[in-house]
Amino acid sequence: MATQGLRYTKEHEWVRVEGDTATIGITAYAAHQLGDIVFVELPDMGRQVTQFGAIGVVESVKAVSDLFSPIGGEIVETNTELSKTPELVNSDPLGAGWMLRIHVADMHQLDSLLDQAAYDELTKEA
Amino acid sequence: MAQADDVLLATPLADRHVALGAKLVEFAGWLMPLQYSGILEEHRAVRARAGLFDLSHMGELFVEGEQAGSALAFALVSDPRSLAIGRAQYSMICDPEGGILDDLIVYRLGPERFLIVANASNAAVVSDALAERVGGFRAVIDDRSLATALVAIQGPLSARVFAPLTEVALDGLRYYSIAEGEVAGVAALVARTGYTGEDGFEVIVDLDDAGRVWDTLLETGKPAGVVPVGLGARDTLRLEAGMPLYGNELGRDGTPFEAGLGRVVKLDKDVDFVGRAALERAAAEGPHKKLVGLVVRGRGIARHGYPVFAGERATGLVTSGTLSPTLGEPIAMAYVAPSDAEPGTILAVEIRGQRVPAEVVALPFYHRAK
Repeated sequence: MATQGLRYTKEHEWVRVEGDTATIGITAYAAHQLGDIVFVELPDMGRQVTQFGAIGVVESVKAVSDLFSPIGGEIVETNTELSKTPELVNSDPLGAGWMLRIHVADMHQLDSLLDQAAYDELTKEA
Repeated sequence: MAQADDVLLATPLADRHVALGAKLVEFAGWLMPLQYSGILEEHRAVRARAGLFDLSHMGELFVEGEQAGSALAFALVSDPRSLAIGRAQYSMICDPEGGILDDLIVYRLGPERFLIVANASNAAVVSDALAERVGGFRAVIDDRSLATALVAIQGPLSARVFAPLTEVALDGLRYYSIAEGEVAGVAALVARTGYTGEDGFEVIVDLDDAGRVWDTLLETGKPAGVVPVGLGARDTLRLEAGMPLYGNELGRDGTPFEAGLGRVVKLDKDVDFVGRAALERAAAEGPHKKLVGLVVRGRGIARHGYPVFAGERATGLVTSGTLSPTLGEPIAMAYVAPSDAEPGTILAVEIRGQRVPAEVVALPFYHRAK
């Protein structure tokens, strides 16, 4: 399933690690809470980011919210489709609505993220 | 209007909003629907077909008596005495310094009977100010804000959907007019006014009748594609239509002249009115800032509070901004120095530390097809 192997931040980003590359996006819960997403600002390629550092901005019709990196490393790819079709974040947040890929510096940082059960618990409370 | 600070007011339609899957938010002390299916979809439905709005949070104040017209001519910047029965005018209530307490619509229901519809966020302020100002006249105020509901249908199909449901002859009801008559079998006031830039109607009924009117409109409108619309799309619709929102474009720290609404102020009235001396001075001096429309010409969305620059010089602040669902471009309203307000001027909005070009354009951003 789409959520297989995902880890989460408390700020509702997800991360999926394959090899030494992490793919990052926002959760369906976050996309739903934000409403219609109309603008996604992503960092330049090659930028070094720290875990939980701000790496971009997601704007819905109504609101602006920061995007935080679940994990540190170097930005190796961004989803350029989102500049034309930001609504992919609403329609397919875990798939076509992915935001960026990072070359992971330290895999141990994954340990400080939420697993599926913990994230489900977090969004159930909210 | 009595209201405890920590208790949210609910409109008589609150249960229906929940059943329709609305996301509810607190607004001006009320629990209101922000959106149902989504702001973009609701916005587009109003532009293409029609949408149904619960605006029961707004203030409804009836002013009656032999001197009701004169009392309002003293209390407001406009002159409601000039209104024909059944007509409406956009107006403002100002403080003695000329600051705007609220923008509102005055409807003349009879020779000695007027209705004022005020913003929810200012309903108590307007009620108090009117009570004080009307005190010296033979007129009384009946604040029915908590006893009435207001349901609006807005969009090009409004008249077609609404006509069979009311005994009011809509063909004869011009823009900015009001008539009394039944809607869905209950007594109502029907006004051809709105806040979306589309044709449409606002229906004022007793609290107990709101559900019947809402259900009938929604059910009858469904085959035509009428959907419920929340405050989120109401904001993007009014912004495209270049209509000011109190708290964003209008406030106590600004005058009607700066907002480009000087025409509302009747300085040639033959009677004194609250704020007159200050507004005469403001009119003579000319505005220190001007409200303009901006279209962002780079990447990013200008939002409320973002600084605006003319070259290296700070010239003002964005008051409202969004991505225009109709135009597909980021639009905003901003106050800037009068010398920077000419359409075609290229300014820059500072978006998260980056200066992004934005062009001054004439308001409104959106004109409906006639």
